[in-house]
Formats: sequence, C-alpha cells, structure tokens
Amino acid sequence: MRSRSAIVVLSALLLVAAAALMPLIGSTSIDYGRALAGESPDAEILFYARLPRVLLALLVGGALAVTGVLFQALVRDALADPYVLGVASGASLGAVLAICFGWRHAGGISPMWLAASAGAAVTLFVVLGIATQGRRMSSFTLLLAGVTINSICAAVILFLHNIVEFSQSFMVLRWLMGGIEPVEYSTIAWLACLVIPVVIYSFLKARQWNLLAVGEDWAAARGVPVQRLMVVGFVAGSLLTGTVTALTGPIGFLGLIVPHALRIRWGADHRLLIPCSFLIGASFLAVCDTVARTALAPAEIPVGVITAMLGGPFFIWLLRSRRRSLWL
Amino acid sequence: MRYNGAEVLDVAELDFHAGSLVSVVGPNGAGKSTLLGIMAGLRERYTGRCRFEGREVRQWARREFARKLSFVPQSLRLEFPFTAEQVVMMGRTPYCDGLFEAPEDHDAVERAMGVTDSREFRRRDFRSLSGGERQRVVLAAALAQEPAVLLLDEPTTFLDIKHQLAIQRILRDLCNGGMLVVAATHDLNLAAAYSDRIVVLNRGRVVADGPPSESLTAEKIRDVFEVEAYMEQTPEGGSWIRYAE
Repeated sequence: MRSRSAIVVLSALLLVAAAALMPLIGSTSIDYGRALAGESPDAEILFYARLPRVLLALLVGGALAVTGVLFQALVRDALADPYVLGVASGASLGAVLAICFGWRHAGGISPMWLAASAGAAVTLFVVLGIATQGRRMSSFTLLLAGVTINSICAAVILFLHNIVEFSQSFMVLRWLMGGIEPVEYSTIAWLACLVIPVVIYSFLKARQWNLLAVGEDWAAARGVPVQRLMVVGFVAGSLLTGTVTALTGPIGFLGLIVPHALRIRWGADHRLLIPCSFLIGASFLAVCDTVARTALAPAEIPVGVITAMLGGPFFIWLLRSRRRSLWL
Repeated sequence: MRYNGAEVLDVAELDFHAGSLVSVVGPNGAGKSTLLGIMAGLRERYTGRCRFEGREVRQWARREFARKLSFVPQSLRLEFPFTAEQVVMMGRTPYCDGLFEAPEDHDAVERAMGVTDSREFRRRDFRSLSGGERQRVVLAAALAQEPAVLLLDEPTTFLDIKHQLAIQRILRDLCNGGMLVVAATHDLNLAAAYSDRIVVLNRGRVVADGPPSESLTAEKIRDVFEVEAYMEQTPEGGSWIRYAE
C-alpha cells in the first residue's frame, strides 16, 4: 500500500520536474528569475512560446496514455491504442475536410479545431450506435466497429488528399503527422477542465476496471455494472482522444506503449495504472516535444517521430529487463 | 425454463437446496454450461423462471446477488499481468465500496487462498501459473466472495489427481458447512463418489435426477453417453464405473 502511494508520488514529482525544466530548454536560454520579473525577452519566450506548449504537451500526453489504459482494458486487447476505436480518425477527417474546403473563420475559433471536434463527436455516436444492440454492448463489436470506421475515415482522407491542390495536400499531411503548437492559455484552461475530471472519474472506477480487464462475465458475476462501465469507458476515452486530437492531430505510439511500460514495472492494477499513466504519459510527451522543437532547431520534427524514436528503444529495453514473474 | 428456444436447454423443473453437493453431468453440448450460466445470472435471455430465494435471478441487484452466489468459469484467460492475489482480491468487489480494501477483505483473501492451497504463488503473474494452479486461484476468488451458493463449470478439468481430490474434499466441506455447491463435470466417478445428487442432462433435457446410485446407472450411461459401462463395487463398498468399448 505504501509502495503504491510512493510510486504515484514519484510519478507526480516527475511531472513537476518536466513542467519546470522543459520550458528552460531551447535555442535561447532563459532564466526563471528574469522571466518572473517580467524582463524582456525572457518573459515573452517563457509565457508565450514555451510554457503554453509544455502545458499542452502535458495534458495531451496524459490524456492519450489514460485512454490507452481504458481502451486496452475495454477490448481486452494489449494492442489497443487510443486510436483503435475510431474517434481520432473521425477528428482527422473533420480537420482534413476543413482544410480541403478552405473553411477559414468561425467567429474567432479555429475552423479546423471545430471541424475536428465535430468529426470526433459524430464518429463517437456512430461507433456507439453500431456496437450497441438493444441495451447491450459487446467489446468485440466495439473493436470491429472502431477498426471499420478507422478504415473508412482513412480512405476518405486519402481520397481527399488526392484531389486537392498541392498547398492543401501539404497541410493535410502536416495535420496527419500531428504536433504540439503553442496555444492560448484559455484553450489550455478548458482542455484541463475536461481532461482532469475525466481522468479522475476513470480513476475512481479503477477497481471495476480491474475486473473488466479480466472479462465481462468475470466482472458481471462480481457485481460490476458491465454495460454501463463499458459505455462510460468508451465515452470517457473518446472524449479525451477526440478533444486532444482536434488540437494536435494524431500522435502515435505513446498511448500504446506508456500503459505497457507501466504494467511491466508495476503490474496491471488500474488504481496505480490510471494515475501513473496520466503523470508519466504527460511527462513523456513534454520531453518528446522539447526534443522535437530543439533537436534540429529552427526546424521542427513531428513529435510522433520522437515519441517512437525515444520510446521504442526504451520500451525494448524494458521488455528485455522485465521481472521474471511478469510477462507482457 | 428455456434458452435459445428449446435448442440448447429445456428444463422443466430443478430445485436446489442449501447444504448439498450437486453434480451436473452430460455429454458435450448437453446444456450444462448454459444451465449454470443462467443460474449465475450471466445469461439473461432465457424464458420461463429461474428463481433464487424466491426472487427471479434477473431481478436481483447485481452486487447483492454477487454476495450470495459465486461462479467459477471453465477457464480464465488473462490479457494483463495481474498477480494471483489480485485475482483473488477481485472476489471482494461486491463488498468494497471505495478504491481500497478493508482489513476484513485481506482476511477473506488469506482464508480463501489457504483453503485452496494457493498462497505460495500469490505474487506470481496469473498467466505464468499452470492450468491447475490457475483453477485453484479462481476457486479462491470465488470463495473470497463468501457466497451461500457456489457454481462451478468443470472445476477439476485441468487438475492433477491430488488436486482433483483436494478440490472435491473442499467442496464437500463447504457443503457440510451449509453451502449449496453445483458443479458441472465430466468425471462420473468423482461425481458419484462425492455428490449428494447428480443431475444428468442430455440434449438440453434432464434425463435423470437423484442420488448417484439412482441417476448414474449403467443403462443411463449407455443411453446418454453412448459408451458401454459397468457398475462395479470398490473394496470399500462404493460403486465404480468401468467403461468399455
């Protein structure tokens, strides 16, 4: 019990460290003292360029890792990631439509973000509709519905990508690579207002997630309201993924690998897995994004490239050094 | 009571009483698992009635029902690295409201793992256990639920002889303590040796129901299982089924 809280505290410290240190790294070296005193240019660089970007990376990384945990338990498939149930591809399709039709302004809100959120919402209901028959939902149908919607969205995106002009085609490609960009503090505030309560809510159901991760009958025979939990998990994960994808585009690998890395080290208990996935997924993406913007500065590398290139070898090392009693 | 029309299961009436060990036998596809699934509240699309303590199984609140009845599935495959102890602790779910277990939950898990002789691998990954070890852990999870009724779907299938007998003895003890145990099984000799009552199912229908000496006769076995069988006496005076081509 004590070791469990120690792990969570340690993960939280990691997040604090990432949040404090990552903004300092960059082509121009800055200093917290000068920035907090409001001196130029340190204050501008810190508060308008780097800090919002680090905060966004933290929220996105945490949201994707938690979604990975939820979806892997929901479909009991170790290969499930936040994108497997279709919502993110719906968001991508929305964004690509906005690019292709040249939607520019929607009352001060980014039309791409608006279209991506709408795309995510539509796919959420479509997948939910396909996967529920009567009042029952089957995780297998859910997975198949998600994968099918993914393929359909990908096909439409490819089709659109083929027929648009060169500049739009470049924008589509750029979106599909995903990336963290500095955003307004108001955007970060409402994103936090959505992500943090959803993560806390999922954490409060952690015991039930343990049983669902074993099996639907297993959970039902022990008094877990399986159908409700499945719908809640799907909607929670889709809200997280849909919202962050609308802001950043798809960022691969993290949502698949962070939950696995934590399971190898600390086991499958969701009471540990959910909070630690959030904290460590958040820190991991903040670090990756810092590498993405500094490694080849002033050019930027898509952050998805970094998550896979940094995370991949680390994960293989973990896999080789896992405790003997735990397999993946 | 019926399931899926009458194709899978068509049972006129079965009553089970506390303190007895009932074995359900029958060839593959006879409806044993379906019957247990309905009784466990896991298959809700049956027609007719299935009542527990006078109330229809479908109408029980899940949690409350789970404190009264636990179900041991045929096998359990895990995708994720839960330890044996974590699996057993899941049996306490109907009693836990918060995120963390109370001391009495740990006591119940400790007792259940002691009874099933599974304490030694409590920290091991469930998936690294042998079939028999897994079965003992799953039984411990069911016992940690502290139920009045225990349903088991082929509890001894993967076990070595020592643990087959050990599990039968555990089930016998539980019944003597007042529990109702209903187990589907393929081992007619074990069923005959330990059960108070045997229900024989064939093609979804009850073809015999009574004490082992009445429901498991050579004739019945020939009819239902389509093998030649002879009833023999053991030196201790029990009956023993010998199969022949």
